[in-house]
Amino acid sequence: MSERTKKGDILLSIKGLKIQGFSDEKWHDIVKGVDLTLRAGEVLGLIGESGAGKSTLGLAAMGYTQPGCRITEGEIIFDGVDLAKLSDEGKRKFWGDRMTYVAQSAAASFNPAHRLIAQTTASTIRAGIKDRKSAYDDAKQLYRALNLPDPDHIGDRYPHQVSGGQLQRVMTAMAMSPRPDLLVFDEPTTALDVTTQVEVLASMRSIVEEFNTAAIYITHDLAVVAQMADTIKVLRHGYEVEEAPTRQMLSAPEQPYTKSLWSVRALEKSQQAVQASVLSLQGIDASYGVQKVLHNVNIEVPKGSTVAVVGESGSGKSTTARVITGLLPQTFGSVKFNGEDLPPALADRSKDQKRRIQMIYQMADTAMNPRQTVREIIGRPLEFYLGMRGEAKTKRIVELLEMIELDAVFMERLPGELSGGQKQRICIARALAAEPDFIICDEVTSALDQIVQEGILKLLLRLQNELGLTYLFITHDISTVNAIADQVVVMNQGEVVEQGLKTDVFQPPYPDYTALLLSSVPEMDPDWLTNLIQKRAETNV
Amino acid sequence: MTQEPDTYSALAEVGAPQEHRSFWDKLVLDLKKSPWSARFGMLVILAYAIVGIFAPALAPHGEAEVFAAPYAPWSSEFIFGTDQIGRDIFSRMIYGARNTVGIAVATTLLAFFIGGSLGLAAAIDRGWLDQLLSRSVDVLMAIPSLIFALVLLSIFGSTVTNLIMIIAVLDSTRVFRLTRAVALNVVVMDYVEAARLRGEGLGWIMRREILPNIMPPLIAEFGLRFCFVFLSIAALSFLGVGIQPPTADWGSMVRDNASLIQFAQYDLKAGLTPLLPAAAIALLTVAVNFVVDWFLHKTSGLRDE
Repeated sequence: MSERTKKGDILLSIKGLKIQGFSDEKWHDIVKGVDLTLRAGEVLGLIGESGAGKSTLGLAAMGYTQPGCRITEGEIIFDGVDLAKLSDEGKRKFWGDRMTYVAQSAAASFNPAHRLIAQTTASTIRAGIKDRKSAYDDAKQLYRALNLPDPDHIGDRYPHQVSGGQLQRVMTAMAMSPRPDLLVFDEPTTALDVTTQVEVLASMRSIVEEFNTAAIYITHDLAVVAQMADTIKVLRHGYEVEEAPTRQMLSAPEQPYTKSLWSVRALEKSQQAVQASVLSLQGIDASYGVQKVLHNVNIEVPKGSTVAVVGESGSGKSTTARVITGLLPQTFGSVKFNGEDLPPALADRSKDQKRRIQMIYQMADTAMNPRQTVREIIGRPLEFYLGMRGEAKTKRIVELLEMIELDAVFMERLPGELSGGQKQRICIARALAAEPDFIICDEVTSALDQIVQEGILKLLLRLQNELGLTYLFITHDISTVNAIADQVVVMNQGEVVEQGLKTDVFQPPYPDYTALLLSSVPEMDPDWLTNLIQKRAETNV
Repeated sequence: MTQEPDTYSALAEVGAPQEHRSFWDKLVLDLKKSPWSARFGMLVILAYAIVGIFAPALAPHGEAEVFAAPYAPWSSEFIFGTDQIGRDIFSRMIYGARNTVGIAVATTLLAFFIGGSLGLAAAIDRGWLDQLLSRSVDVLMAIPSLIFALVLLSIFGSTVTNLIMIIAVLDSTRVFRLTRAVALNVVVMDYVEAARLRGEGLGWIMRREILPNIMPPLIAEFGLRFCFVFLSIAALSFLGVGIQPPTADWGSMVRDNASLIQFAQYDLKAGLTPLLPAAAIALLTVAVNFVVDWFLHKTSGLRDE
């Protein structure tokens, strides 16, 4: 810890901060009068949905606003200096020295042309805190503290030569290098797999504790913030909803909004009895060029149920979906749909076969043509598969919109005029329009806020009950699996590790990989990470 | 602390629709904010269009009407004088707007049709068809286009149809490259995959899924390409293989009266005469570029206001 501040002193205090952003020819309020106090050595968690103003507030704590934003009111007192009134030149003395920042996407934040260690120490050397030699030695110490492999030499690599999780840790080392008083983490683990997230979280937390740095941790994931923060502040629409110490916040949230955030994770589907298979994959091998990505995959999907496919990125989940849809013909094995073999290539399948299998994508933004209205998007499958036109088509579109709980006024909207949740609903309606038996949901909720996620999951469950649909649900989020699945397939490196009823798969004993995956999912218990690290340390010794 | 409702409801999300503007509202809004250069450009293009369309009504004399006095000076009857065989230059300039601009528009449209559809097909296919088309285009582009056009026109003869076809094919190579490049970014989108999974044919994917999303760069390119086509036609006419007499055309008008420039020291007006059609070409090119610049700036998302 630096001599400049002592633990427990007020390091940062923000009062009545208002920030505006410029869009659509107007200034809009983003942060609408928020107070914040951070003591030296303390970690504050900022949570909220997208658009809550949490990132804007986190950056404002450093006196920085993104281009197109301005601070209109309030003060930001950092160690006695009001950053809101300081010139850029004045603020630059603090940045990269006494306050540093860890961004969401490490891959996009590193300069691909420089070695990691040079980037780690650049601001420290520039600020004159250390000379080159001692800064490099210190960076190696930090790499070691962050549990990076081969800490003495990893700094000689270039950004593309290390994995995403390692890069995120190098960025933390970069932020720690000048020994700042304040560190701002902006969703640092959102882009990582759960199993990697655990390692990154653990090393971030230990280094913040070791150097007693004050930190602001911005995230939308409650379970993650529970591991990191001493205090949690909930934001919504630019206002503060409530603030409390972590344990108190988790056990007894006061505001109804906070309670609703907490309740999402409690959604759980009761399991259904097993019926005959509607789809079965038998001994599927598939490859991209010479690289084999699926090895002997067997999956049974019973009619009217939901099968969740879980695994990290690169485990072959999405490839399995591509084989089922016919976009990537398998090299070996067969796909049986309603008892008959499906031709491997899309071009060989009949219109009816194509109609019966529909797909919903992760990114609703890119899954809809931005130049087509909702009427065209939903209307096309009606016209294409069912030959509906004119009046009958319009009537059916309205019915479909009702099914997804949207109004008929949305018919003439373009995708750009919809919110994230609405977009995903339109994608669901498009899939329903074809009157399918089987829908592949590829990470359909992972790009959405928790509350919107809950809405989408409930909608999918309701539609399944009403229409008897079968889902193949690809996800990496175990709480989503709990909410929607009857059966679970665990995949790793192109192979099925385990499959069966949800209750069976989630009951011990597990195969090693399932155990790792399950134990890596953050829980809403502030001691979860501590216990997990302890447990893993014990079993390894 | 809060001043917003605390409970979530789908209705609240639905109840906050974002503004929806029709195409015409947007157009009017954009026009109101357009810079002076773009307005000037649009005005000039409009004027050329009117002159071209109503040429017979506007021109005081016929297109190929020959009068007794060749090389007549500027006067009230012949505003810009007459040319080497006694045709009214002012009337021929007006008809020239129709011929030169008309042929250039037709050529550019044809070039875009050929280059655009092949470019889209290549981008969607990304297989042997793409290879075949791209390599053929590379070959065509390796030959200097003006010289190539000269050769082809001498082989096939200088008719208007040949002129349009040859320049359209040669220029379509540039359109092909651009279309293919921008379409490649759209082809990888999920909605194109969704359309493919639905079983849509190539035509639908090209026209309905991809084309609307690559229109801005194509329209900008249309403006620029039009200028190049226009200049190539003028250049070919100047060289004598373009639009053939007695059809009035700005390029050949420059050539026919070029010798008058040397008399500028005795009669300034006579010296200016060959420069008038050249100025008409220059003005239109500048005007089109102004409009294209504005359009590119608007669609590129760069904001500096």
